[in-house]
Amino acid sequence: MTYTSKEHIISSLKKGVRLDGRKPYEFRPVSIVTGTISTAEGSAVVRCGDTEVIAGVKMAIGKPYPDRPNSGTLSVNAELLPISNPAFESGPPSTVSIELARVIDRGVRESKTIDESALCVTPGEAVWMVNVDLCPLNTDGNLIDVGALAAIAALKNTRFPKYEGGQVDYKTKTDKQLPVGIIPIPVTIVKVGDVILVDPTADEFEVADARLTVTTEEDGTICSLQKGGEAPLSLDEVGQMIDLATAQAKELRAILVKAL
Amino acid sequence: MKESKLLAKDKDIVTPGETIAEGMDFFPGIGTYRYEDRILANQTGLLHVEGKVLKTTPLAGRYLPAKNDVVIGRVSDILMSGWRIDINSPYSSVLPLKDATFDFIKKGADLTEYFSLEDYVVCKITQVTSQNLIDVSMKGPGLRKLRGGQFILVNAAKVPRIIGRQGSMVSMVKKGTGCQIAVGQNGIVWISGEPTSEIIAVEAVRKIEREAHVSGLTDNMKKFLEERTGTKLDLEQIKREAEAESAAAEQPRFQSRPPREESFQEDK
Repeated sequence: MTYTSKEHIISSLKKGVRLDGRKPYEFRPVSIVTGTISTAEGSAVVRCGDTEVIAGVKMAIGKPYPDRPNSGTLSVNAELLPISNPAFESGPPSTVSIELARVIDRGVRESKTIDESALCVTPGEAVWMVNVDLCPLNTDGNLIDVGALAAIAALKNTRFPKYEGGQVDYKTKTDKQLPVGIIPIPVTIVKVGDVILVDPTADEFEVADARLTVTTEEDGTICSLQKGGEAPLSLDEVGQMIDLATAQAKELRAILVKAL
Repeated sequence: MKESKLLAKDKDIVTPGETIAEGMDFFPGIGTYRYEDRILANQTGLLHVEGKVLKTTPLAGRYLPAKNDVVIGRVSDILMSGWRIDINSPYSSVLPLKDATFDFIKKGADLTEYFSLEDYVVCKITQVTSQNLIDVSMKGPGLRKLRGGQFILVNAAKVPRIIGRQGSMVSMVKKGTGCQIAVGQNGIVWISGEPTSEIIAVEAVRKIEREAHVSGLTDNMKKFLEERTGTKLDLEQIKREAEAESAAAEQPRFQSRPPREESFQEDK
């Protein structure tokens, strides 16, 4: 744990130095471990510096929405545990945790990562409902990027449980995998003063004036954007951030593919 | 009477509840206690046999306050006549008004003018009661408010290694990086300087913490600092300077109060 005043972080950044010694466009080392929860259908732990997120996938049989009788459902939830950072409090979900879940959910949904028609068991009667739960085990900033990596890694790791005669046998996993196609990778970029940084730590996040999360697919298609913070971003800055995010996403994608 | 027997060797690692010695010829020190005619450890750590006294030093764990320790604390609350200081231990401490400053403070004055919330101070523990009520003082050489810089938290058990013999290790890091460094016995380290050299200093402190048990650490650190900063370090000179500095600090422990008239002048 460290404590550093905001003025000190900003004055160092003005001199072009990040206090953990990284370059402005440098990610912390990322490590991915899958299959960490035996009771879940799929799971993963992703670590990036001191930020660590665990993701679990649970699957249940449910009734499809009337307007889409052939589609299963997918949803992402996040809970910020007080154990992961003293700034988090227990109780109803905070705006931060809702935003985290929504941004990751949007990336996975809009890129059509999972072919929802493949989740159909009996049209109009029974479909698979996929729930991804995210919990930070330790938080040192950049939860969106790390959380999304964990969610994707867990989805890739998921095996269908046995389903027979209207009953799901969670103890028996089949070899059938979730139909994970396109992999969306979000990269959050923050602006502190005139400085642009990737993979901000919790301290850097605190002093940031604005942030932009850009989720890209492998071919560079942007599937979601999320702007935060009070300061405005110029068109040039947004362009620069998108280029940066696309380049960073390539590196993260390589790490993810290697780990799976 | 039964003959006393030592069951563990000096520098052995002992675990809580482990019998270290049998018989009444040995005495329990810090980290050990007597149970019937045996002496048992109550924390995991290295055993020290000092004559007949058995002590253990913990390998890790929270800082436990002791009298005369110089610590770095954070102002966590402002009291009626003093400040509450969080010293990174299970118990918080109080800085009473009379030990905070030589200034005359009027009744009902705003105490945040002296120390405000979230300020960091170097202070000295003057008293630890059996109920773990802790008093600290700001009167003494080197005790001051810290401005700017960054604070890092290290394992309190490794602090002696970071400071080094008569401050030689920390002096070397200071000399090598040109940063100002203050090390509290409670494991809070303050580092302030140019951003690039601050990073090297933080790395150096982390390296010392990690390799505290390795022999030849001073030479390793000298090599590390020379590699990272590109300047040569003279160990002998640093040692001499550190010794002179610690000798100077040994001089008067508390400055005398300024004459009363001066205090009244400031009040006008």
